[in-house]
Amino acid sequence: MTDKPSLAAWYDEKYGKKPAPSLFEQLGGEAAVNAAVDIFYRKVLNDERINRFFEDVDMDKQAAKQKAFLTMAFGGPHHYTGLDMRRGHARLVEQGLDDSHFDAVVENLAATLTELGVPAGLIGQVAAIAESTRNDVLGR
Amino acid sequence: MTTLRYQQQSFELKAGQSVLDCLAGHGVPVPHSCRAGVCQTCLMRATAGNPPAASQAGLKDSLKLANYFLACVCEPKTDLTVALPDDAQSSIHAIVRKLELLNHDIMRVELETSLPLYYRAGQFINLVHDSIHVRSYSIASVPRLDKHIQLHVRRLPQGRVSGWIHEELQIGQNIEIRGPAGDCIYVPGKSEQALLLIGTGSGLAPLYGILRDALDRGHSGPIRLFHGSRDLHGLYLIDELRELERRFPNFAYYPCLSGANVPPGYTSGRVHEAALRETPALKGWRVFLCGHPDMVKITRKKAFLAGASMQDIQADAFNVSHA
Repeated sequence: MTDKPSLAAWYDEKYGKKPAPSLFEQLGGEAAVNAAVDIFYRKVLNDERINRFFEDVDMDKQAAKQKAFLTMAFGGPHHYTGLDMRRGHARLVEQGLDDSHFDAVVENLAATLTELGVPAGLIGQVAAIAESTRNDVLGR
Repeated sequence: MTTLRYQQQSFELKAGQSVLDCLAGHGVPVPHSCRAGVCQTCLMRATAGNPPAASQAGLKDSLKLANYFLACVCEPKTDLTVALPDDAQSSIHAIVRKLELLNHDIMRVELETSLPLYYRAGQFINLVHDSIHVRSYSIASVPRLDKHIQLHVRRLPQGRVSGWIHEELQIGQNIEIRGPAGDCIYVPGKSEQALLLIGTGSGLAPLYGILRDALDRGHSGPIRLFHGSRDLHGLYLIDELRELERRFPNFAYYPCLSGANVPPGYTSGRVHEAALRETPALKGWRVFLCGHPDMVKITRKKAFLAGASMQDIQADAFNVSHA
């Protein structure tokens, strides 16, 4: 008698336990980022609380930045350092970027994932990664 | 050992070295910015060999098919011959077959090339006046429908090349062209998708090509064309577009006039405003924007906010050089 769990257990025994999929894999990798970037960026541009920080910028460059941000928040491969975050947002902090704006971005991120049908547990993990950048983004 | 070829030169690529770093190291200027495969500033094209898939990530399908890649993240394992997007093909000769004024300042130029030119309506070619003065013009013709390559050249004040075309070019004259290039084209395969075409002035050229390409390929989804100018004499091909509208029930033509005098049968207002008023929800639509750079920039954002996916917005801004 072999059902699926026992077969999986047999393979685990035979080849060693398969590593648990990363957050990025569970979310669907680059394809998930591509699906999310349109929805997320549109939400941000429509959000009166924060869209002034995204005005007057080249749309291609802005979209590329959103994509890089989402890749990082999804636990994907990225090369951001805390210093990059500080440098990249310093001008915006001068313009008044603060916790309330950071909260709004995280809110839009969570709403995007909800819209894409991502389970709440994974959304929490993404929000936690985004949260970990807060002090660098706000230059503290 | 991997060899990189650019123009007439050959360079050896070190392990793990990108095409961008290799070329820059040999003094070849390649525009670049992010060095992370994101910003697409360092877009190049392989004219022989295949760029690795990783160097094409994020590019639109039409660019991938044409072997475009991003030089900063391109680490080829096999030999590659590369070109910057605008010198991808050496120039070829063309004979001027027809010159016809479409309105007071736009000339239809028809060209026959000495060798067959494989192009898609909506791409552009570069027309060479002399070594310094080269101008890009969008292609209005469709290979299956039109005998010759067709351009719509607007005469610009002090325009070196457009002035030459309007005043000196003769039928039968031999000229030099480069290209084609560009990815503002109709991509077959989604014949039910709704298409929104918005253009100002001679920005109609690529749209007129894309429209007829789509109709000829049996596109079944709605197609809306908004062509705008300040007053009536800035528009052109009105009768032909109205005729296409009668023949194809899925096609609607909106000639738009932003000036005060708007006769019946014309839409009042600026072209992008009229288009978004008539088509406020763009989720699932494919949008083509051609013409004035400001119009293109504004409308791109508005179309995106109206629900069009970024991948589904094709923009062709007519930047004017004043040399």
